[in-house]
Amino acid sequence: MKELLELSALELGAAIRAGDVSIAEATQTALDAMAEREPSLNCFITAAGEQAMARAQALQAGVKEAKSPLYGVPMAIKDNICTKGVKTCCASKILGDFAPPYDAAVTERMAEAGAVSLGKLNMDEFAMGSTTETSFYGPTRNPWDTSRVPGGSSGGAAAAVAARACWFALGSDTGGSIRQPASFCGVTGIKPTYGSVSRYGLIAYASSLDQIGPLARTAADCAAVLDAIQGRDRRDATSLDVPAGSLLSRLTGDIRGMKIGLPSQCFGEGLEPQVADAVKATAAVLEARGARVETFSFPLMKYMVPTYYIIACAEASSNLSRYDGVKYGWRAPEYEDLTDLYCRTRTEGFGSEVKRRILLGTFVLSSGYYDAYYKKALQVKALIKEAFDRAFEQYDLLLTPVSPTTAPKLGESLSEALKMYLSDIYTVPANLAGLPALSMPCGFDGGVPIGAQLIGPALGEAAVLNAAHAFQLDTDYHRRSPYGKEVK
Amino acid sequence: MTWETVIGLETHVELSTATKIFCSCTTAFGGAPNTHCCPVCTGMPGALPVLNEKVLEFAVKAGLALGCEITKKSRFDRKNYFYPDLPKAYQISQLYLPIARNGRVDIGGGKTVGIHELHMEEDAGKLVHDPWTDQTCCDYNRCGVPLIEIVTEPDFRTAEEVIAYLEQLRSTLQYLGVSDCKMQEGSLRCDVNLSVRPAGSTELGTRTEMKNLNSFKAISRAIQYESRRQIELLEEGKRVVQETRRWDENKDATYAMRSKENAQDYRYFPDPDLPPVELSQEYLYRLLAAQPEMAPARMERYQRQFGLPAYDTEMITSQKALSDFFEAVVDLGAPAKQASNWIMGEVLRALSARGMEAADMPLSPATLARLIALVAEGRLNRNTAVTVFEAVFDSDGDVDAYVAEHGLEQIQDGSLVEAAVDKAFADNPKSVADYRAGKEKAFGFLVGQVMRQLKGKADPKAVNEAVRRKLTEQ
Amino acid sequence: MKITEELVDYVSTLSRLRLPQEEKAKMAGELEQIVTYMDTLNTLDTDGVEPMSHTFPLKNVLRADEVVPSADREVLLSGAPDRDEETFRVPKAVE
Repeated sequence: MKELLELSALELGAAIRAGDVSIAEATQTALDAMAEREPSLNCFITAAGEQAMARAQALQAGVKEAKSPLYGVPMAIKDNICTKGVKTCCASKILGDFAPPYDAAVTERMAEAGAVSLGKLNMDEFAMGSTTETSFYGPTRNPWDTSRVPGGSSGGAAAAVAARACWFALGSDTGGSIRQPASFCGVTGIKPTYGSVSRYGLIAYASSLDQIGPLARTAADCAAVLDAIQGRDRRDATSLDVPAGSLLSRLTGDIRGMKIGLPSQCFGEGLEPQVADAVKATAAVLEARGARVETFSFPLMKYMVPTYYIIACAEASSNLSRYDGVKYGWRAPEYEDLTDLYCRTRTEGFGSEVKRRILLGTFVLSSGYYDAYYKKALQVKALIKEAFDRAFEQYDLLLTPVSPTTAPKLGESLSEALKMYLSDIYTVPANLAGLPALSMPCGFDGGVPIGAQLIGPALGEAAVLNAAHAFQLDTDYHRRSPYGKEVK
Repeated sequence: MTWETVIGLETHVELSTATKIFCSCTTAFGGAPNTHCCPVCTGMPGALPVLNEKVLEFAVKAGLALGCEITKKSRFDRKNYFYPDLPKAYQISQLYLPIARNGRVDIGGGKTVGIHELHMEEDAGKLVHDPWTDQTCCDYNRCGVPLIEIVTEPDFRTAEEVIAYLEQLRSTLQYLGVSDCKMQEGSLRCDVNLSVRPAGSTELGTRTEMKNLNSFKAISRAIQYESRRQIELLEEGKRVVQETRRWDENKDATYAMRSKENAQDYRYFPDPDLPPVELSQEYLYRLLAAQPEMAPARMERYQRQFGLPAYDTEMITSQKALSDFFEAVVDLGAPAKQASNWIMGEVLRALSARGMEAADMPLSPATLARLIALVAEGRLNRNTAVTVFEAVFDSDGDVDAYVAEHGLEQIQDGSLVEAAVDKAFADNPKSVADYRAGKEKAFGFLVGQVMRQLKGKADPKAVNEAVRRKLTEQ
Repeated sequence: MKITEELVDYVSTLSRLRLPQEEKAKMAGELEQIVTYMDTLNTLDTDGVEPMSHTFPLKNVLRADEVVPSADREVLLSGAPDRDEETFRVPKAVE
């Protein structure tokens, strides 16, 4: 059965529809892999094996009428995406055992497609972090090397997909939270265009930057998931009215004549040479398939991280104010009065990284500092968007590293907040400009994966996925397993 | 030294939409606690707001009617603070780009008041103290009910001007159909900013803000009290402290509210969940064209069409519900003058006795129209009709049934009246003699005696005539 | 930009967080480091640039004024740390 685990989500879906594999068999195989690997990895906060098996049995009857290529495929969901009646706590103590009374839009859409959910995935608390070490439920470890972090904040998702404990996962990305862990764990992940996937039911970190997207084995799997979850939702006012559902059918692998730009500022100081080499080699593979690659100057790079942290923390400070121990979640056991209840609940309920960002965000919005920081950041954001618009007049896609390094060891990152923030340099620009951006494995260094990032213009998912698909047709990094040689 | 009082108002008006501003829960008043709620209005994690199109329409209509410039590109901002009546710990409001600005309201007597701005926002929940446990109970039914806040310039100098403005505002919003403006239900609430300064000075003094003003009477008295308090402070050489004060209806005084734990720093910023609102000129023209006939236009029409006196038309149009009631009674065939007399008299008296607004009147136009018709047909005399009116007012009872049941129909048979007159003359020879001796008062007494015999059911005119006839006969 | 412990106190109070005394200095230092880095933005001229609150030119996303039945109260109250049959409960807040 281990062979099943090495199939991509689309291959498994095809096998299920062909009747070669039952949904229950696939689900049980994943649950077995989870049982074996979870103790050393800690990918899940809530595993829902029984419900998954029940759902697998129920879905089997409809397999002949299945419309989605993902019908019956087991997957898992990041813990900041609401699942009706199933604990959703953002890896935070403050949400306690909160079980939302409703499903997120994406949860509904995956259910309609016929996917089987195996449970809820570990993450950095409230998606704030790059290592999944800020989780109240303990860190997740990298399947390629358990002394290393899986990245974050969707670390549980990336590790679970890499560990073959599910065929794909839904994560969220505010400043790189899908792409960076995908890169550290050797899987493919895409943050779609802002507004193309409904945020209804995504527990907000920074509302203007958050976007849900898939982590999977291949670009084609990602396309299939996006086909299922993209599209207008009336419950999210920022949701775009875009035609959805045709990404998979547009994957041709033909990228002849495609113009790809490499921003020179993304290959400078701070980038590990092995990562730089792997990304440049990626460019060569794409060139060999007919793309035209050139380096260009993108001077705003040094403003990306400050702009991102001002906006993200400001919104977070407001979004996280509702966790006050009154309506749901955890409340401090002892308090003297209302203010004391608020202060103790929030001080004891939030971890230190979350508190740091709340304080930062409160600061940049507070009287006397708003113009100098928050308003300034919104102005810079406008310039960043403009710079991308200009770049996409020249290029179809941009190619950059995902992270300056490969996965660090556990415990190395949290001690220096600023240094950790700076490592988000390559991923935050796509969030600030709302653009689709994908991370795909493009090499290894010392046994751990390296990722390359493709950024497209707004609603340019098809081009991004097609370039990644073309790359994956000619390489096998995405097929490698942390558990030995790839089967195939 | 003479002092001048300077007043500005912040009025919150609840819009009469069917659903809340950002979710589809009902806005119905009352309801068991937390039964008009959903994940959006209770601030559940992951829930998102979507703007109600009617809220935007109503706010723009109100802005246009108050002579404001409408902000073509408007936006929502978050106002952040912790309080248990605010489940998200921020209120969605408009700070930077309110929907309307720079309006004017004519309050009569040649005075106009400037409208600084009008913006949309969501209401907060209701907190109830539980004395048994000394806890506070949170009911979120009101959370997310749409409000407009209308902020005036500090243009008022007296309580009378403030009341005139509020009456004008209430009338305008009621005629527009954007709010019922019921103070008792809190759908019109008012905060008063007040300062005093030496007469002739152009600088503003330190102001206080007064809250919890639940009636025009309370507003008027609070203004008088606070203005006197501030003048006394200044005359004693003390300072006015900028603070929020609460009006205590029972003590007839304002007192300072406990100052909040920390400085007010609401950290407003654009709400990323709500895209901006952009209005086309076409949209504004459409709303302007659809603006209903307002009080001044109706007053003018009632004078022209029905020949009613200006004073009456002003009273009738002062509340839209009253004016609508009047028109309905006339439409049902009542002569306008009669309808107006009844409304100016019995209807307003009955409402006032019950502390009721016209919008809540149980009596239907059909019932009053029927009562007027019965009087006109001579089947009910005016006095009896008033008795019937009082009896049917609260239940909108059936006039004909009530008259029949209580045998109140006017005596039409002249011989019954004649017989009663004969009896009255026989029983009261002294009065008859007095009258003949020139005591005019005796006439009234005799008429009263006849009416008493007939239990008030006779037509007073017929009785008068019969008594006079008999007196001249003999 | 210098971040003092007083400023840390001020933003802590606003955000209803209460740092233990021994953490304050450390937090002030960390915030100062980050805020100083954020000051990089001052080297960029943004005069006349319209602040961009929303990335895409979406506008007028509205819903019809039609009532949808509200949620079941028991479901809304079920996660509350302190409640009664009908309401959420907190320590005395009403004056």
